[in-house]
Order: sequence, then C-alpha cells, then structure tokens
Amino acid sequence: MAPVADLVRDLAFSLTLAADTVAVREGLARIAASAPLAALSAVHRATAEIVLAEVLNNVAEHAYFGLPGDISINLMATAVGLECRIADHGREMPGGSPPAGTLPQEDFPEGGFGWHLIRSLTHGLDYQRKNGRNLLRFVIPA
Amino acid sequence: MQLQTQTRPKLLSVLVMNDRIDAASAIQFKEQMRDLTQNAESRVVLDLARVMFLDSSGLGAIVAVKKLLAPDRVLELSGLTPTVEKVFRLTRMDSIFTIHPSHEKALAHGTGG
Repeated sequence: MAPVADLVRDLAFSLTLAADTVAVREGLARIAASAPLAALSAVHRATAEIVLAEVLNNVAEHAYFGLPGDISINLMATAVGLECRIADHGREMPGGSPPAGTLPQEDFPEGGFGWHLIRSLTHGLDYQRKNGRNLLRFVIPA
Repeated sequence: MQLQTQTRPKLLSVLVMNDRIDAASAIQFKEQMRDLTQNAESRVVLDLARVMFLDSSGLGAIVAVKKLLAPDRVLELSGLTPTVEKVFRLTRMDSIFTIHPSHEKALAHGTGG
C-alpha cells in the first residue's frame, strides 16, 4: 500500500514563471495539465484556471508593473480543495492588503473584476509581505 | 486574434476563432473590434462559441467594445461556453448584455422570430 506521503507528493505541483501575460498563458496551460488539477472535476478545474489567471496576471501587471521578474506557484490538492501559494518579489499590495474586490459601479466598467472573481471563488485568502517578497495563499474549495 | 465577420442588413456578426480572450490578447482584441465595427450599423453580434476561456482583461475588453459602439449601435453576445458564462455571471456583466444561446438564435431574434 502506498504511504500517504507519496499520495500527497503525487498531487503537488510547482512552477516558476516569468512575470508577463504571455508566460502566464503558457503557465496556465501547464498548470491545467498538472497532477493536482487533473484530479479535479471539469468545473472545479475551470474555477482554478479563472482564479490563477487573475492572481498571476495581477502579479505581472501590478506587482511587477511590466518589469521583469519571477512568480513562483505551488499547488497541492488536499481534502479541502486546491491549496495555492503564489510568491513574487514585486511591489507590495497597495495598503498592505489585497483589494476588497467590490464590483465597479459605473455603466461600462472596463476593469476591477479580477479581485471580485478571486474573492468569490476562494476561501482562506491570506497575504503576507516579508523580506521584499509577497506571499498569497488561498484555497479553491473542492 | 482571429476574427471572422459576416455582414447582413443592419447586422454585423463577428466570430472569435481563438479559444481564449485573456490578458495577453485583450488589447489586440479591442483594437481589432474597433476597426471591424467602424462601419457597423445597428447591431453587432459577437459569437463566443469557440472561446473556452475569458479572464477579467478579456471581459473588460468586451465591455469596452460595447461602450465604443454606444449609443447608436448595440453589442450582443452569443454562444457563451460554461467558463465564459461563469465569468459574466459572477461579475454581473450578464445583466448589461443581450446574450443569445447561439448565433442562429441571435439572427432569428433580429427578424422578430
């Protein structure tokens, strides 16, 4: 019988990406094919792809604001869902915490949807800034 | 982005051939749509049946096209796949668009059918 530790290791995935939107698109394709996501239902996998696209593109566009940098991604499928840890060395989140994700109120909003999607689709969102590094953790519930 | 258009009386159909509208392609999508719809008459129907993935940047670009066309022309949508539909629903942007189940339904709608 396989030890539990082996099972957990089989459903973990790590990836380091360049912080630009094209690399994020390629990274998302690799993530979608990874063991932790392959274990999910199609609906749950789509949710994970939406959330990770928003988080990773935010890092590329806001934390690094177009400058070169790396994003490291750690994913693990557990009993509660997909546990995600995303780290980067870009700027700190404005005000030291992630945006509330309130939907924009104007008639034709062209932005401001990203954090609403992240907050709607995740649990246990936690942000820490330590030694010049941003660490965002959250769970996409199973 | 690969966009295929068909012109009918008072209607321009645009079929998105790519499988995603995302942060890497949103600006290009918006610019191509602006060019393609320059001479459009009253209705533009954007068929998203082939688009499997849309992120917030892609959504923002579609809303921007609707804004560009207003107030004289309207942007309608058709053929939303499940993930795309979910993004519209969660952001409540499904409430600002007329969304048809399919492109055929969108065409029939315009003729009173």
